[in-house]
Amino acid sequence: MFYRENGQFKTSYQADQQIFPIAQDRWGVLLIIAFAFLAVPFLADEYMMRAILIPFLILSLASLGVNILVGYCGQISLGSGAFMAVGAYAAFNCWVRLEGIPLVAALLVGGFFATLVGIFFGIPSLRVKGLYLSVATLAAQFFCDWAFLRIKWFTNDSASGTASVSNLTAFGFDVVTPFQKYIFCLSVLVVFGVLAKNLVRGAIGREWMAIRDMDVAAAVIGIRPMYAKLSAFAVSSFIVGVAGALWAFIHLGSWEPAAFSVDRSFQLLFMVILGGMGSIMGSFFGAGFIVILPIAINLVLPVLGSWVGIQVSTAALTHAEQIIFGALIVWFLVVEPHGLAKLWSVGKQKMRVWPFPH
Amino acid sequence: MGFFLETLIGGLMAGMLYSLVALGFVLIYKASGVFNFAQGAMVLFAALAMARFAEWMPVYAGITNPIAANLIAFVLAAAVMFVVAWVIEYLVLRHLVNQEGTTLLMATLGITYFLDGVGQTIFGSDIYKIDIGMPKEPLMAFQNAFEGGIMISQEDMVAAVIAAVLVAALSLFFQKTTTGRALRAVADDHQAAQSIGIPLNRIWVIVWCVAGIVALVAGMIWGSKLGVQFSLSTVALRALPVVILGGLTSVPGAIIGGLIIGVGEKLSEVFLGPYVGGGIEIWFAYVLALGFLLVRPQGLFGEKIIDRV
Amino acid sequence: MTKNIGDVILDVNNISLRFGGVKALTDISFNVREHEIRAIIGPNGAGKSSMLNCINGVYTPQEGSITFQGQTFDHMNSRQVAEMGVARTFQNLALFKGMSVIDNIMTGRNLRMKSNIFLQALRLGPAENEEIQHRARVEEIIDFLEIQAYRKTPVGQLPYGLQKRVDLGRALAMEPKVLLLDEPMAGMNVEEKQDMCRFILDVNDEFGCTIVLIEHDMSVVMDISDRVVVLDYGKKIGDGTPEEVRNNEEVISAYLGTSH
Repeated sequence: MFYRENGQFKTSYQADQQIFPIAQDRWGVLLIIAFAFLAVPFLADEYMMRAILIPFLILSLASLGVNILVGYCGQISLGSGAFMAVGAYAAFNCWVRLEGIPLVAALLVGGFFATLVGIFFGIPSLRVKGLYLSVATLAAQFFCDWAFLRIKWFTNDSASGTASVSNLTAFGFDVVTPFQKYIFCLSVLVVFGVLAKNLVRGAIGREWMAIRDMDVAAAVIGIRPMYAKLSAFAVSSFIVGVAGALWAFIHLGSWEPAAFSVDRSFQLLFMVILGGMGSIMGSFFGAGFIVILPIAINLVLPVLGSWVGIQVSTAALTHAEQIIFGALIVWFLVVEPHGLAKLWSVGKQKMRVWPFPH
Repeated sequence: MGFFLETLIGGLMAGMLYSLVALGFVLIYKASGVFNFAQGAMVLFAALAMARFAEWMPVYAGITNPIAANLIAFVLAAAVMFVVAWVIEYLVLRHLVNQEGTTLLMATLGITYFLDGVGQTIFGSDIYKIDIGMPKEPLMAFQNAFEGGIMISQEDMVAAVIAAVLVAALSLFFQKTTTGRALRAVADDHQAAQSIGIPLNRIWVIVWCVAGIVALVAGMIWGSKLGVQFSLSTVALRALPVVILGGLTSVPGAIIGGLIIGVGEKLSEVFLGPYVGGGIEIWFAYVLALGFLLVRPQGLFGEKIIDRV
Repeated sequence: MTKNIGDVILDVNNISLRFGGVKALTDISFNVREHEIRAIIGPNGAGKSSMLNCINGVYTPQEGSITFQGQTFDHMNSRQVAEMGVARTFQNLALFKGMSVIDNIMTGRNLRMKSNIFLQALRLGPAENEEIQHRARVEEIIDFLEIQAYRKTPVGQLPYGLQKRVDLGRALAMEPKVLLLDEPMAGMNVEEKQDMCRFILDVNDEFGCTIVLIEHDMSVVMDISDRVVVLDYGKKIGDGTPEEVRNNEEVISAYLGTSH
């Protein structure tokens, strides 16, 4: 009743092709963005910002990048952690070696180097796919793990092997308090979100999806598989690299290569699977879910345990997390392979015909 | 020269361990086209089961004879792996039959996390010992040819023998029994096998059971050598390059691939490592696999991968 | 109604194709004239799809060459072929199941879209205009194929007959000079076949496409094609007008069997 397209006739292709053709969607998203910028800073406390919102924003960005490669272009990647690492360390080296470089420029340089590495390790995708490609991306992961650990130049020859940054500013504003960090990350996310959405609904997005769905037929239509696959790696790695730089600079402040290990790669992949492959919205859902889940488990399980008189240890919480994660992944793949995004759109469909059942 | 041989032999032994894990991969892939990322988790689960059962024998069942305890623990652990195989087939595989490879791959990733969590919840997350009486002192061999002799780990030699026996048993199973024949039929063509009445679901349970036993043997040997702890689960990641090298569909490939990777890792670490800061082991196997992917994706002995329009 | 059949636009010269020990095609030669409808017929396994795959660059023949508009090639490169103006549909519908009808047909326009990735990301000026321009062309094709109602539906959810039309639409979107149709009427009932026939004839007539058609339905072949090539076990056993081919001894025995 409320969510109807009645009367929303499009009189131009441009109107039909816009990001949110249904007016209610448009208003909804604008409201959410306004709420995020204007209301949340006053409603959320520091802990929420630091522990939940900022990681959510940055991981959403990373998961967006991974979704482009895995969800839209169908190239399985288990090396996203490495691309985040490249972004982080490249930005770091920029920051410490180039005096006075602006924060945003350093982040973009991080993304740029991640792009180069991404394209390089994406070359096997021209030869192999599926499991075999995942091995190639794991090679990227482990190689980068080693490089950032052992090659001292990357960490500016620090004795402890950690890299750290402080006193960040952007466009004249400090990016130090959680509030400021939140606004900064939110802005970056919104900008990249729009750019990504434009890409996936344009010609290159169609090429990616064509390669995903049937790459032999795509070649026959005149799509160049090499260009499509490598561009997917490039764009994806760029976004993931920027996210990595953000994670290091803004969320962690000081970090070691372990922050970008293969577990991080799996985490990002899970976000994409759970959230919905081939869906920008899905990336946000997935990231949100995975950020909140451990916190929810940590809150709920001890309470449940106390009802039945069991003391729940931290180790048990970790294991519970693993069990629930694993079960969820399998459950989603069996029941709804298109993830939370599909559930969301099914929900919207129900809303369109509400109060009728169908 | 002596040192080189020592490193070489050490590498061969290490490689044997990889081969054991890779074997599990190949078995499941051959029979169901599923790449089982959870093989490592299965190794850990099986090892945990065996370690804990062996520990509990004297306490709960009053069996103090270590040989009997280990034997019973092995049998119990095998039974547990049967249950795991059955549950995986029933809850996961059956529902994902027609999905593409990537979906199944990711499902096995989910199973990995699940098994890790369940295993450690049931059996505990400390480091446990498996003591199956493996000789722990190294053997100094060839003392006549080389000064001081070459150090060979007896434990590894026993492990190699066990692995060889396992491979021989598996080969016999596949070639000589009806079930083995059915497994080979399924590996060749699912639909054709179904059309002649081979029950796909049961075959998959059997395959995962066999892979579970292989995981148990691997877990037993790794666990005896390194202790049973969570890092065992990452063994799957170490063994992945082995199947790329050897070929996903080849049992001899798994063995030979494992040996090559084992030797390669050790040799490169010892002789190349010092020049680049050490720790090459992390990525050597993977970069080698990467090279193969670019040049010969089907590995040394695998079947060529054909894409149909 | 006389048709303006032009010169030879596509020439297949002594093509031989082997898969290991299996000879899919042996020394096949025939030509295709501009604006005509050329049918390729033959029993199952005769090598018809393989022939199209050679023209398309999906398979590389071991021997022989293909001449297109005067240029001769030993083997065809898929993208090159597409750029030169050859499009095709597939026997098993190689559609992009995850995308909508519009998006599927739009992929056929990708060849002609020039704006680079940065402009697309910003979706300003040139990129937006290009999208709109090509969308207009795609809508014309959608009108032509009468599938307006299914524009936004994911192709995987459409019935088979409509999917076949989308396949055709995607090929048409490439604005090809030569259209290779691989059993476009397979699995259709009489009505659907008539519709598809009408579309094919219209494409040949209005769009001026040369059509190379693999088809099993003899009445269709005899009705709409100008010339026919007959393959059997990878060899050419007939080449001529439908009339000539219908009376060819070898063709009759290949299809109907000889009496002993």
